[in-house]
Amino acid sequence: MNALRKADLKAIIISLVVFVVLQALLSTNSLDAFWQLNIILICINIILSVSLNLINGYTGQFSLGHAGFMAIGAYTGAVLSVNFHMPFIVSLITSFVTAAIIGGLIGLPTMRLSGDYLAIATLGLGEIIRIVIMNVNYVGGAAGFMGIPRHTNFAWAFFVMLFVLFFIKNYVNSSYGRACVAIRENEIAAEAMGVNTTKYKVLAFTIGAGFAGVAGCLFAHTFYIIHPSSFTFLASFNYLIMVVMGGMGSITGSIAGAFILTTVSALLSNWPELRMSIYALILIALMFYRPQGLFGNIEITSLPVLKRFKGGKQK
Amino acid sequence: MSVLLEAKNVSKMFGGLKAVSNFNMTIDKGELVGLIGPNGAGKTTAFNLFTGVYQPTTGIISLDGQSLAGMKPSQITQRGIARTFQNIRLFSELTVLDNVKIAYHTHLNYNLIEAVLRVGRYMKQEREIEDNGRELLKIFKLEDKAGEIAKNLPYGAQRRLEIARALATRPQLLLLDEPAAGMNPQETKELMDMIRWIRKDFALSILLIEHDMSLVMGICERIYVLEYGSIIAQGIPDEIKKNPEVIRAYLGGEA
Amino acid sequence: MGIMDQFLQQLINGISLGSIYALIALGYTMVYGIIKLINFAHGDIYMVGAYIGFFCITILHWPVLPALVASMILTGILGMLVERFAYRPLRSAPRISVLITAIGVSFFLEYTMMYFVTPQPRTFPSVLEDAAYHFGPFVVNNQQIMIFAITIILMAILTYIVQYTKVGKAMRAVSFDTETAQLMGINANRIISVTFGIGSALAAAAGVLVGIYYNSIDPLMGIMPGLKAFVAAVLGGIGILPGAAAGGIILGIIEALVSGFISSTFRDAAAFAILILVLLFKPSGLLGKNTNEKV
Ligand SMILES: Nc1ncnc2c1ncn2[C@@H]1O[C@H](COP(=O)(O)OP(=O)(O)O)[C@@H](O)[C@H]1O
Ligand SMILES: [Mg+2]
Repeated sequence: MNALRKADLKAIIISLVVFVVLQALLSTNSLDAFWQLNIILICINIILSVSLNLINGYTGQFSLGHAGFMAIGAYTGAVLSVNFHMPFIVSLITSFVTAAIIGGLIGLPTMRLSGDYLAIATLGLGEIIRIVIMNVNYVGGAAGFMGIPRHTNFAWAFFVMLFVLFFIKNYVNSSYGRACVAIRENEIAAEAMGVNTTKYKVLAFTIGAGFAGVAGCLFAHTFYIIHPSSFTFLASFNYLIMVVMGGMGSITGSIAGAFILTTVSALLSNWPELRMSIYALILIALMFYRPQGLFGNIEITSLPVLKRFKGGKQK
Repeated sequence: MSVLLEAKNVSKMFGGLKAVSNFNMTIDKGELVGLIGPNGAGKTTAFNLFTGVYQPTTGIISLDGQSLAGMKPSQITQRGIARTFQNIRLFSELTVLDNVKIAYHTHLNYNLIEAVLRVGRYMKQEREIEDNGRELLKIFKLEDKAGEIAKNLPYGAQRRLEIARALATRPQLLLLDEPAAGMNPQETKELMDMIRWIRKDFALSILLIEHDMSLVMGICERIYVLEYGSIIAQGIPDEIKKNPEVIRAYLGGEA
Repeated sequence: MGIMDQFLQQLINGISLGSIYALIALGYTMVYGIIKLINFAHGDIYMVGAYIGFFCITILHWPVLPALVASMILTGILGMLVERFAYRPLRSAPRISVLITAIGVSFFLEYTMMYFVTPQPRTFPSVLEDAAYHFGPFVVNNQQIMIFAITIILMAILTYIVQYTKVGKAMRAVSFDTETAQLMGINANRIISVTFGIGSALAAAAGVLVGIYYNSIDPLMGIMPGLKAFVAAVLGGIGILPGAAAGGIILGIIEALVSGFISSTFRDAAAFAILILVLLFKPSGLLGKNTNEKV
């Protein structure tokens, strides 16, 4: 117990240091507007990749519809802020709830499918969500939703991200997470061990969708406008790539994947076509030389190098 | 003694194939029963029917007098039937200890909030299953392999881990599907002693599928013999040994 | 125009569009059948095919048929190269890695093409004179007749290859059971390569036909039709050739009817909704057989 608490304390201290350093950089205007924006985007993308990792990496359910849930959160948050003048925190929570409910309703029937069938069904559902939004005039239709207040600053993005990381880390280290991993490893054996596989698949899908919604809400309040075309299945691919690049089943990996891809794509933003070609080649090279992703399913806290410094008994 | 498991007139069709037909079986509390028969006789199918992997085409299966019809495998496990698989189904990328911890699933009752905040019942129960898990691994001589990845264990150890995992669900009835398959005679003998001991120490009933007849004869109190989906004989080992039908099925089929 | 006439007209449009989907879907389903890969780059292969046809016609001033054949051959080779250099090294890798690689190849083809031809759409020259024919209540134009004719011819050739030639039999054997096929002396790598070649050639034909039909091509034109073609393949039963053809036509008709009678903005949604219904109620597709895992 003490060991656990100590680890938690360390994590909190490190997070605060990171926050203070970055916030100092931002407050002193040491970063230009472009990178200020990208730091927020990194936080948002970490939320997306970690929450997708819960579904794809830990539970082994191949979802390609994450951008759809992000869209639900983005539009829910935008409507609450613009049309109902709700405080930001209310928008965030409602985005979570709405995306989670829709995720659960979608998950219930589709989680019967497996593998590629599930992938293509979730892809289709994500697109349906987007097309429906595109046809609702109340939220601006294909032209997009304008006039969203820019509530998302670095502090919001960072602390919401920390909360999501905290939630998912503890979730996967509990009986809930073990049930997910059991399903990924062998669904028939998981059932035989008393794990209600449908329940835990739908739960993972619901939570993952909910946090995607939260990310969407942060995203909507980062820019003045949101647009259905930001939430196509290509965006879902992007989050999947972050997860696979970092390593399925590793939270550290998802953080790294989101950080690296967002940064690379920001660095190459001056060369739009070349950017995507290079991005594609990096992706292919990664799959050739490190198909398990940068971290495999290992967390940074359990790397041998770090273990030595921790000393004492570890979990 | 009272009846624990009862199968009445159970049949299972796969398309046109009758994998199990008119299957009748009872297992008393604390009994160690054998189910033998040639390959393809329908033994594994019977297990799949008992554990809810398949629903019977006809007939009723009940545990402690309650019908299991329509239940999912996880619900049946929660009611007290655990099993191992003929073709090993471990959580192969996870550690040995985690394999066992997963099996305590139904005995943990902390909720989502306690899990995420790591408060309340979470700490206490997690520590309990950690200790119980290691205890269980000790029985199966796996305690020093607790941190190893399951797929890296030798074959015999994987089979033992499957049994340990099944026991962690705290069953009343344990179904073992060819647990000695692929083991050498020495390992097999140790396994049989272990099975006998488990039954006593955990006070449960065991139904054991074994391909090898002589093996089952040694430890089972009663034996059912299955051929082409039908039970052709049942009784104590001495009766089975002399039963002409069994001799024909086995010697005729195997020789 | 009466509602019936309108219906029949949408039916013709739907079959034209559906023929395109069918040609792309055949490649998808063949590749999936043989290596279980959702080849997300397949739609971009179709795009490359359209551009090769375009350049043959505009720069080399070739007539349409030689341009079509040249595009099919070159694109077929491109498909084989992609398989050889991007997918074959990953034959024993986890399936997700191959899928991500396919997404990578897709991006690479799209944006490399964009680098060279700019993102602007190109106007495909009109190679057929505009003429419409009346068959009873149906009105069919030249472009549509060409699409039907070429689709039927290509499907006939494909059926012949798969059913009667040695390569075709080997393809079926490998897709049924790769290991056994190899034990029987079939060079699986070669057969997989041929499968990519044929599938890509069919997609190229679809690309050229789309250029002729809609007069416009661009580097991202393959994304949606590629996805739709996969939907069509799943609809018909993935891995089953007649299923892909039927799935493509059905999808084309549904889309045309939805655009004609409801709204074209719901066209894509309808396609995906159908897909999800099929997956939920008959996951093996319209022509597929249900299978379950032995425990
Ligand atoms: N899921 C299934 N689908 C079709 N046939 C099956 C299935 N499971 C088992 N069978 C068939 O049922 C018969 C009995 O198999 P099984 O119970 O595995 O035999 P045993 O365990 O006695 O060797 C065999 O003919 C087998 O092929
Ligand atoms: Mg068996």
